[in-house]
Amino acid sequence: MKIPVVKQILTGNDQIAAENEQTFRENGVFALNLMAAPGAGKTTFILATIDHLPADVRPAVIEGDLASTIDADTISQRGVPVIQINTGGGCHLDAPMVRNSLPHFALSDIDLLFIENVGNLVCPSNFKLGTALSVVVSSTAEGHDKPYKYPGIFATADVVILTKADILEVFEFDREYFERGLKAVNQHAPLFVVSGRTGAGIDAWVAWLLDRRRGYTAAI
Amino acid sequence: MHELPVTQGILTVALETAEQYGGYRITAINLVIGDMTSIVDDSVQFYFDALSQGTAAEGAKLHFRREAAAAKCLECGHEYPVTPPLNPFCPQCDSAFLQISGGKEFFIESIEVDDENTGG
Ligand SMILES: Nc1nc2c(ncn2[C@@H]2O[C@H](COP(=O)(O)OP(=O)(O)O)[C@@H](O)[C@H]2O)c(=O)[nH]1
Ligand SMILES: [Mg+2]
Ligand SMILES: [Zn+2]
Repeated sequence: MKIPVVKQILTGNDQIAAENEQTFRENGVFALNLMAAPGAGKTTFILATIDHLPADVRPAVIEGDLASTIDADTISQRGVPVIQINTGGGCHLDAPMVRNSLPHFALSDIDLLFIENVGNLVCPSNFKLGTALSVVVSSTAEGHDKPYKYPGIFATADVVILTKADILEVFEFDREYFERGLKAVNQHAPLFVVSGRTGAGIDAWVAWLLDRRRGYTAAI
Repeated sequence: MHELPVTQGILTVALETAEQYGGYRITAINLVIGDMTSIVDDSVQFYFDALSQGTAAEGAKLHFRREAAAAKCLECGHEYPVTPPLNPFCPQCDSAFLQISGGKEFFIESIEVDDENTGG
C-alpha cells in the first residue's frame, strides 16, 4: 500500500525555528543568520559591523563557528554579549541549538543578534534558525565563481556580502562575473562590497541593516 | 554530512506516517529532492540504513526523484535544465544573463508499506 506523506522532513527543526522567531519578535531582537565558507571573514565582518553601529543599538553574538581564527573572547573583550555554541563537529547550526543558547542572554537588552553559522556553503541553508535575515558572506579570496558553484545557498540569501574588498586586485576577482552569477540565482538580494579589515563599505551596509531593522520593529 | 539530520528527519516522518496508518512495516520511501539542495542520495541511503535498524523502516528502499533547476536565458529566451556547478553562459547564444529557478524540492512524496503483515 502506498501512503501519501504530508508532514515534512525538517518539520521538527522548522517548528523550533518558528518558536525562536516568536521569541525574537517578543523581545524586539532582530536576528541575522550569517553563512559563509570557513575563513571567509564572517567574524571580522561582524566585528566591523558592530564597530559601526550607533551607540543606541545593542548587539550580541552567537558564535557557531569553532574553526574561526577569531574566537568568542575577541568579541567579548569589546563588551558584546557572546555565546559560543559547540556543534560537536556538526556542519551547521540548527534551531534547537539556537533555542538552547537564548536563556544565556538578556534578550530584552539586545537589538541585533548576529548568529555566525558554521563555516560551510553546502548545508546551513536547509536549516532555518528563526532569524529575520539570511546573510551570505563571500570573500574575494575565494574566487568569483562561488555563486555558480554553490547556487543553493546564494538563492536563499536576503542579502549578500562580498568582503575582503581590500585584496580584490590581488585575487584578480572579477566582480561583474560574480554579480551576474548572483543575479542569475537571486534577483532580490542586494550586494554589499566591503572590507572587514579596513571598514570600507561597512557604513552603507549598516545603514541598510538598520533600515531593515526599523521595518521589522515597526511591524511588531 | 548534513545528510545525517536530514535522514533522521526522513526516518521520523516515515515512521510517524506508518504508525498513523496502522503500524505497517515500511518497504519503500519515495523522496523528491531538487538539485539545488546539495543533498546527496548515497549519503542519505547510507545514514538511513544505519538509523533505521531495529525500526519498522529497517530494510526500506529509498527512491529518489531528482528535480533539476531551470535556467532561462534573458537574451534569447532559451529554457533548459541545469545542475550545479552552473555553466555561466547560455548554450544557445552564449549570453551571460541567465535566471535560475527551482530545484529546491525536498520532501517525502509517499511511503510504501507492507499491509499484509503488521509489526515493526
Ligand atoms: N585582507 C583582509 N583579510 C580579512 C578580511 N576579513 C577577514 N580577513 C582575514 O581572513 C581570515 C579569516 O577571518 P575570519 O573573520 O576569522 O573568518 P571566518 O572564519 O569566516 O569567521 C583572518 O586571517 C582575517 O584576518 C578583510 O576584509 N580583508
Ligand atoms: Mg568566524
Ligand atoms: Zn541565450
